[in-house]
Amino acid sequence: MPTIEIASKPVTVNDEGFMTVYDEWSEEIATVLAAQVEIELTPRHWEVIHFLREDFKKEGESSTSRHTQTVGGFPIKEQFELFPKKPAKKMSYIAGLPKPKGCV
Amino acid sequence: MTTPAIVPNFGAEDTGRKLAIICSKGNLDMAYPGLILGNAALGEGIETHLFFTFWGFDMIIKSRMNDLQFSPAGNTAMHLPGTDAHIPQSVMPVPGMTAMATHMLKKQLEDLNIPEVPDFLEQIVAAGGHLWACRLSADMNKVEETDLRDDVEGIISASDFIEMTEGAQLLFI
Repeated sequence: MPTIEIASKPVTVNDEGFMTVYDEWSEEIATVLAAQVEIELTPRHWEVIHFLREDFKKEGESSTSRHTQTVGGFPIKEQFELFPKKPAKKMSYIAGLPKPKGCV
Repeated sequence: MTTPAIVPNFGAEDTGRKLAIICSKGNLDMAYPGLILGNAALGEGIETHLFFTFWGFDMIIKSRMNDLQFSPAGNTAMHLPGTDAHIPQSVMPVPGMTAMATHMLKKQLEDLNIPEVPDFLEQIVAAGGHLWACRLSADMNKVEETDLRDDVEGIISASDFIEMTEGAQLLFI
């Protein structure tokens, strides 16, 4: 696993660039990750990100878009507005979590 | 020691990839492949069109879309979940078999948090997907636009569909 530097901190990532160590994540790092995929984080983005982090702790896997809607209460349409084109992957990336595995 | 930043490729460059899925089956089990793949494509930022034709029309007719059924008759690949055991084809036509199989399939899907068909279509539309109905099927079924889900964008002819999906990848289900 490569180690890269984000916000002056060493961060372990996989070959695609997704973080692999839950506790290495910080809000500062999330801001940099978001900027790298051209997203400027608003308070609503943060609500989604904090839901995803908490949900991962409970479920042991990354939330899909469906789960983020039904359990988190963030409508799919809004997810596409906040994290355009590939919401599920972008949300996980910024939240420092692996790509979601679920099909739906 | 650190390596330079690695940023996932989220397809910032627009490849113009387009997917068109023709849904021609109205059995519950055959409704899902198109929905799952269409939904996945939308989640990858791909422009996605679903075209409903023939038996697939039951997926978008308001009075029928909640009652799609699954019959194990003629399906020799159906096993009791988690086993290799078959129910013999000869007992498939008994009364109540379709209802029981439908109930079992719905339960399995629900356990995996897969939405029911109408709900799944709503999610697909929310994700930017487009729903189209086939003109010939509408005429055959004596169905008007008002009988269809409100989010169906139109009843179109086969040639309209071919024109609209120029350059798209096509899936026939």
